[in-house]
Amino acid sequence: MIPVEFFFVLSALLFFIGFFGFVTRRNLIAMLISIELILNSADINFAVFNRILFPGQLEGFFFSLFSMGVSAAETAVAIAIIINVYRNLHSDQVNSIENMKF
Amino acid sequence: MDYSYVFLILLLPALSFVLLGLAGMKMSHKLAGMIGTVVLGTVFCLSYYTAFEYFLVQGRGADGLFPTITTFNFTWLKFTELLTFNIGFRLTPISVMMLIVISTVSFMVHIYSFGYMHGEKGFQRYYAFLSLFTMSMLGLVVATNIFQMYLFWELVGVSSYLLIGFYYPKHTAVAASKKAFIVTRFADMFFLIGILIYSFYVGTFNYDLNAAPDLAGKVAHVAPLMPLALFLMFIGGAGKSAMFPLHIWLPDAMEGPTPVSALIHAATMVVAGVYLVASLFPLFVHYAPEQLHWIAYIAAFTAFYAAAVACCQSDIKRVLAFSTISQIGFMLVALGVSMPDAELGEVAKTVEYADGNGLGYMAGMFHLFTHAMFKGCLFLCAGCIIEAVGSNEKAYMGKLRKYMPITHISFLVCCLAISGIFPLSGFFSKDEILVACYNFHPAMGMIMSGIACMTAFYMFRLYYVIFWGQSYYETHINEGAKKPHEAPACMTFPLIFLSVMTILCGWIPFGHFVSANGLSFDTHVNWSVAITSTVLALCAIALATYMYIGEKTPVADKLARKYPRLHQAAYRRFYMDEVWMFFTHKIVFRCVSRPIAWFDRHVVDGTFNFLAWSTNEAGESIRPWQSGDVRQYAVWFLTGSVALTLILLCCL
Repeated sequence: MIPVEFFFVLSALLFFIGFFGFVTRRNLIAMLISIELILNSADINFAVFNRILFPGQLEGFFFSLFSMGVSAAETAVAIAIIINVYRNLHSDQVNSIENMKF
Repeated sequence: MDYSYVFLILLLPALSFVLLGLAGMKMSHKLAGMIGTVVLGTVFCLSYYTAFEYFLVQGRGADGLFPTITTFNFTWLKFTELLTFNIGFRLTPISVMMLIVISTVSFMVHIYSFGYMHGEKGFQRYYAFLSLFTMSMLGLVVATNIFQMYLFWELVGVSSYLLIGFYYPKHTAVAASKKAFIVTRFADMFFLIGILIYSFYVGTFNYDLNAAPDLAGKVAHVAPLMPLALFLMFIGGAGKSAMFPLHIWLPDAMEGPTPVSALIHAATMVVAGVYLVASLFPLFVHYAPEQLHWIAYIAAFTAFYAAAVACCQSDIKRVLAFSTISQIGFMLVALGVSMPDAELGEVAKTVEYADGNGLGYMAGMFHLFTHAMFKGCLFLCAGCIIEAVGSNEKAYMGKLRKYMPITHISFLVCCLAISGIFPLSGFFSKDEILVACYNFHPAMGMIMSGIACMTAFYMFRLYYVIFWGQSYYETHINEGAKKPHEAPACMTFPLIFLSVMTILCGWIPFGHFVSANGLSFDTHVNWSVAITSTVLALCAIALATYMYIGEKTPVADKLARKYPRLHQAAYRRFYMDEVWMFFTHKIVFRCVSRPIAWFDRHVVDGTFNFLAWSTNEAGESIRPWQSGDVRQYAVWFLTGSVALTLILLCCL
């Protein structure tokens, strides 16, 4: 059986890769992908904790499924926003969207 | 006896005020004037009917007194058991007498104003204010408690303010109305303090010992405080009644329309202070006889001062204003020289008391009554004259007797009355006052006789410079001077009516209606006093005739040249206005108001400005943190979470 620490290392790596991408990338699509990575790291944690703490039960697995559904919906909305931004501003760079700032 | 209708006496003028005030501008002048006059006519009839019922039909009760009748007295505001404000309507001999005085003069002024204010802008507003004034003054005299009196007292002050400032585009009128309001308000502050002291310790606002039998005991418990409370209340009265040194507003109040001067600043409102002292008379006599005598001294000085100033004024309305101040002084002297009964130390229930130590009360009220008639008439005459020549200054008059015969006769009758010539009303009332003064102390009597003599002099000076002397019209006929003419009938009728009242009302046996203890007594002329004062008055009239009857007035001019300082000082009212200006501007404003204003501007405002400034600055300084850059927030969030995790790990 794979030791539980490996999963944690994987999810931590995923989280920090996602976070690094979110902070450093200027492209809106890339930022969206980074957010997906962060969510995935959380999903892995749900699954792992369900497995080691409550082996006979399924709440954690269902919750990661639920989270995937939410992230899919969120991605659809985000893509719609990004396309609109691109149509209006002819740019997908996050720095260019400054005229909506207060 | 059914007095249920008397509420109309207050209600009708109030309704007329509301109607004319709200809808007056939509009405024609004639309709607005008619409404005001008809309402006042009704009040006039009701007042006379009430007086007839009260004095003659109902008559005295078994104890020989006119009963005190409270027709209604409802609770207006109830804060606690003790602190309850009532509004009511009380008939006592003096309040019924005041009803007569107010409604008579007010009715005459309403009729007169038809002519005097004809075509004026704001005619409807004028009638609305007259109704308001009449309502407030009537409410004041029928007050069942001191708080109601105070309430209507302030309403009277407001309507006086509004009417003095009636010609509001005129700068002087605005200044005069402000001055009147501020001076009387200043005095009313003391009145209010007096009321608060009285009501706090006595536990009620009632002051009438006859109406509330248990009141005497309550007051007796706090007897040491009564002189203070009563004297503070008198200061309020002194402000309204223009006693020295609070008299400065009254001469300036002549800026208002002349009928207003006749109604408010001669006949009714200015005697409110006298009425106040008379209402509190039993309390004064019992608990504060010393303070009552102070009132007499203040009033005697005021009477002398005003008479001296009146001798030198050139504006005819000012002369009459100072004469009013002087005559109110007479009334308050009469009240002030009253003494408690020698044995009981309070108002004794005997006829001897009413005719002896308490005579001043009846004399003061009698003079109030007669004075209202002849002074109202004098002012209305002055209004006719001002209308005819177009100025207040005596220089524009002279020899008007040829052109204005009715005004001339009325003015002469009233001048004779105010001088105290038999058989006019002033003779009787002034005689009673002088008798009361001689009873008090011969020196007081002599001083007041002297002032009465001055009264005759300045009134006849005024009479001669207006109706005799050199005619301005005749000397300036080539320069287009307007020919003086007699006033229309609606203006002369009030003159005639009031003159007839002046002639007749001296013969009213006043002692049978009003006296210090309510008992009936026969007033009798004290011939030694009467003859002395008549002779003095005749001498003064002769002197005035000698000095002012001719076309030129060499004697008067020579005197003015010989004592220029004195003449100038009297003309400038002995610089009392300047003294007050100095006191308010140099002392109050500079030493009190300025530091307080500085404290307000710098300390109070500064504290709050600092709070606002520091909030603003704090916001400015942390504003860059909110950049709107989500990635930056994410970094901060992560840093925070990591730091928190590390702290938790280390601690656990």
